[in-house]
Amino acid sequence: MLTTADLDTLFLTFKVASISTSLMLLFGTPLAWWLARTTSSWKGFINAIVALPLVLPPTVLGFYLLVLMGPTGLIGELTTWLGMGTLPFTFAGLVIASVLYSIPFVVQPLQGAFTSISEQSLEAAATLRASPLDTFFSVVVPLAKPGFLTATILGFTHTVGEFGVVLMIGGNIPDKTRVVSVQIYNHVEALEYNEAHWLAGCLLLFSFTVLIILYTVLKNQPNLQQLK
Amino acid sequence: MTQPIIARFKLDYGNFKLDVDLLIPGAGITIFFGPSGSGKTTLLRCIAGLQKAQQGFLQINGKLWQDSEKSLFLPTHKRPLGYVFQEANLFPHLTVADNLQFGLKRIAKTSNAVDLQAILELLGIDHLLKRMPDRLSGGERQRVAIARALALNPEILLMDEPLAALDFKRKQEVMPFLTRLHQHLSIPVLYVTHSQQEVGQLADTLVILEDGHTLASGAISETLSRLDIALAQDREANTVWPATIVEHEINYHLTRVDFVGGTLSLPIIAATIGTKLRVQIYARDVSITLDLPTATSILNVLPARIIGISDDNKGQSVIQLQVSNQILLAHITLKSLLLLNLQIGMSAYVQIKGTSILN
Repeated sequence: MLTTADLDTLFLTFKVASISTSLMLLFGTPLAWWLARTTSSWKGFINAIVALPLVLPPTVLGFYLLVLMGPTGLIGELTTWLGMGTLPFTFAGLVIASVLYSIPFVVQPLQGAFTSISEQSLEAAATLRASPLDTFFSVVVPLAKPGFLTATILGFTHTVGEFGVVLMIGGNIPDKTRVVSVQIYNHVEALEYNEAHWLAGCLLLFSFTVLIILYTVLKNQPNLQQLK
Repeated sequence: MTQPIIARFKLDYGNFKLDVDLLIPGAGITIFFGPSGSGKTTLLRCIAGLQKAQQGFLQINGKLWQDSEKSLFLPTHKRPLGYVFQEANLFPHLTVADNLQFGLKRIAKTSNAVDLQAILELLGIDHLLKRMPDRLSGGERQRVAIARALALNPEILLMDEPLAALDFKRKQEVMPFLTRLHQHLSIPVLYVTHSQQEVGQLADTLVILEDGHTLASGAISETLSRLDIALAQDREANTVWPATIVEHEINYHLTRVDFVGGTLSLPIIAATIGTKLRVQIYARDVSITLDLPTATSILNVLPARIIGISDDNKGQSVIQLQVSNQILLAHITLKSLLLLNLQIGMSAYVQIKGTSILN
């Protein structure tokens, strides 16, 4: 059975994932739009930075974040100066790390969906009196709906599953930074295989259900399918 | 709207330069005609604001839309225009009705309400409202796109090769709707095409473009009959005369039409007496005799005066003739020109073998 401590880690995990996913969509959408439309020579550089967490070992990313956000790091000095203290081993630090770790899973599907929207659709909207911002919400967002759905689900589930980065900068503090993946590790370390089974099973069921929903919804959107 | 459209654009893309200075009537259909790469679509896009010419001045309906000297450039969504793209460009996630409403919802409530029902009937699409765009034929899509542009009650309608993406059958399906638009619309229409047929059927004013500059510009009857442009030498060279049906000769399956200063006999036309139409006369169907022929199978023999001669150095000559007030082109061989010793100012007779009836 799941213990209270296990439930707490589950709750914390979903809290981190929800907040991180919202932040990733908020910042990732304009970034993906820029990447999809720009002809700037910076495009390759920015694309590479966004994709870096895909190939970087999570411990490497976590290590640099720990150094940067620590008392002598650039970000650490800034947050200390702002009176916020340092971010490692706090909930806020965990959210920031999650956003950086999962951002490619949000930006890349969005960028793909935006790229497949023709310039002509945007021009048609302009000739029908829609301002660029209006066009984004009334034409781009509905046409990129599968992209948004994929981005949200991949961003969320990937954050739920993070482990290496959390260990490096979040540690293992109950109710603050102890997420499900760390708790499973704790159980296994303590040879509590039964408890580990329950938690692992929950995550497996969750991930599988989400993927089934994702593929069913995408399949049942006939007029959007071409954008996949 | 009677105020003329003033459009001056200078644009330099290195391998392509656009340099035009146009004064276009503020009514009727003006066609931008030319081969691909002549800049006709670029010109239309500059007028719509979809492309920004480095130097530009554009005044429509007495209002300034662009003046680069005053750093004035109205973005497309603030220009009171309707635009029809080559591909209908309907929003795939919206029904036909929602596509039509897209622009309507965004125009100021104060502007004159447009009779949407009348537009739907004019374009014959009122039975399609609930469909999604991917369930429409190419011709239907294009008609919806035209309705969507007209629903905005625009001050000008811009059309970029609206028939080019359609096959022959679909073209024939959409064309009658375009000629109906021609009769019903009070706003000016700027229409881009490379089809001589569309020029003959629709144009009131013709602007001929080549390599980014204007070759000729003016009323259709003047522009088409000009000798100094390559169009006159083209196999498809033709002139268009306005005419009115005056009589049907049922026994002969003929219809007689009046034009300013004469009559023509044409294969019978299914329309009532008094109907106005356009008669297209191909230069290759016109021959010239110096004496009034007494025994000829050709019904249409008209007195004419030669006002221009030009030749293509390949054995073909183009003769420009005046028949009453109308101008006519005739293609004859260089040999005939020399044998008959045709000279400017001479009187002659033209025999017109075939004609096409346009709308």
